[in-house]
Amino acid sequence: MSAITIKDLTVWFGTGAERNDAVKDVSFDVADGESFGLVGESGSGKSTILRAIAGLVPTWSGEMTVAGETLGPKRSKAFYSKVQMVFQDPYASLHPRQTVDRVLSEAMRLHGVENIDSRIGTLLDDVGLGPGFRFRYPHQLSGGQRQRVAIARALACDPSILLLDEPTSALDVSVQAEILNLLVDLRHEHKLTYIMVSHDLGVVGHLCERIGVMKDGRFEEVLTVEDMRAFKATSPYTRHLLESSINSIR
Amino acid sequence: MTDAPLLDVENLWVKFRTRTGVFDAVRGVSFTLGKERLGIVGESGSGKSMTGRAILRLIRPPGFIEADKLELKGEDILNAPEKRMRQLRGGRVSMIMQDPKFSLNPVMTVGQQLVEALRAHEKVSRSEARQRALEVLDEVAIRDVDRVYDLYPHEVSGGMGQRIMIAMMLLPNPEILIADEPTSALDVSVQLQVLDIIDKLVSDRGMGLMFISHDLNLVAKFCDRIVIMYAGRIVETCKASELRNASHPYTLGLLNSVPDLEHPRDRLEVLKRDPAWREAPSVSARQ
Repeated sequence: MSAITIKDLTVWFGTGAERNDAVKDVSFDVADGESFGLVGESGSGKSTILRAIAGLVPTWSGEMTVAGETLGPKRSKAFYSKVQMVFQDPYASLHPRQTVDRVLSEAMRLHGVENIDSRIGTLLDDVGLGPGFRFRYPHQLSGGQRQRVAIARALACDPSILLLDEPTSALDVSVQAEILNLLVDLRHEHKLTYIMVSHDLGVVGHLCERIGVMKDGRFEEVLTVEDMRAFKATSPYTRHLLESSINSIR
Repeated sequence: MTDAPLLDVENLWVKFRTRTGVFDAVRGVSFTLGKERLGIVGESGSGKSMTGRAILRLIRPPGFIEADKLELKGEDILNAPEKRMRQLRGGRVSMIMQDPKFSLNPVMTVGQQLVEALRAHEKVSRSEARQRALEVLDEVAIRDVDRVYDLYPHEVSGGMGQRIMIAMMLLPNPEILIADEPTSALDVSVQLQVLDIIDKLVSDRGMGLMFISHDLNLVAKFCDRIVIMYAGRIVETCKASELRNASHPYTLGLLNSVPDLEHPRDRLEVLKRDPAWREAPSVSARQ
């Protein structure tokens, strides 16, 4: 069964003459437990797809089925306990005046989770932060620790699908490695399905099995990571992206 | 190198007075810059940007600079009067900042800014300044220069904005270019374009380039010599071509923590920071 089915998704901003289609007729499937990557330049519409799935952009047409639920203009409460999102910038996505404890417990209270107290402990353990971090404020955490808290918050209601919007692009490479390892581990432990947006082919290649390359709101092509490594891209744009990304020296 | 280097830095410290005492952002860094491309790599907080700014004395209070030697082609800039520094900044040493969105003046057209930059350093007529501005825009591979000349910064893309920044920095013919993460705000495909332009200009004009970046792979590909900074000190320095023989665990850690499309690994290596790295004396990168 596929966890996510998107058919002919079009997302636009503005109306009338101002209308700008950010995503045009995009279709793809993500199987249960799969990790799907979206890459492309800024403005190619990759984040917009995620936001449309999460219900953050109301102006879309097409069909979206996520975790067995066909999506309409409004998302049900059950939807949000199955699908959660992690945002790009951990400096902006945590409330500066709320402690880690409050951030996590609020997310759980909204979803009616029981044993909030003991669950916060497990969550912090899951994301590799000790209990000592529970009553800290975001400014007392480093960038990597904040992103761990953001991931813990997304996991608070035990979702099956995580939407990851450039989760490591604001972090140093060494910290990025920690977060990517964490995401790999969590996926195995919790049997999660990921859709991950990134502009870095290396990051997407590490975490995802299949990758959709976007340009100007459309899919240039969808290919597996193995094909990508073997340089079997058919579209010239993907080849260009690959050539610009392959810069390792080891 | 036989003749005097463009830039000679010895035992440079950047310190900040805080409520809890003096914080050392850069701790005794020494290096020289000739007509070459020198890459400075480190994580955020390693002091790489502060080093770049210190050379132009752009550290604001409560920060201050100390050094045994800070010379630009034999001229002492550590104690130079502010008036002289203003001539040097942009005139002989230029700096390209990270994000064109924040470094271009939003209420002036591209052309006005370019002309202003040139006329601040040279006595030239308006029409000649315009001519030179158009030429330099052409040099950074902008098509349709006449149109771009009259645009406002919000009307150009990020990649073009960065090229305009580069054009502006090159106008007064500086000898040293300090590029502080010039491409990290740009998409990968545009990144290479901008780097190619910088590379071509640096080699054509025989400038010295100080390239500050967190991306070790990029620097290795692009620079001649690399300095790796950690906690305000230089932990290792080597030729870019010899980076694969690097020995410091921090350098190796940085190299191994990058996910690599061609050589997949199940787990990325995570840096284990050794407190001894922080205490080890700075390696000199003087030549």
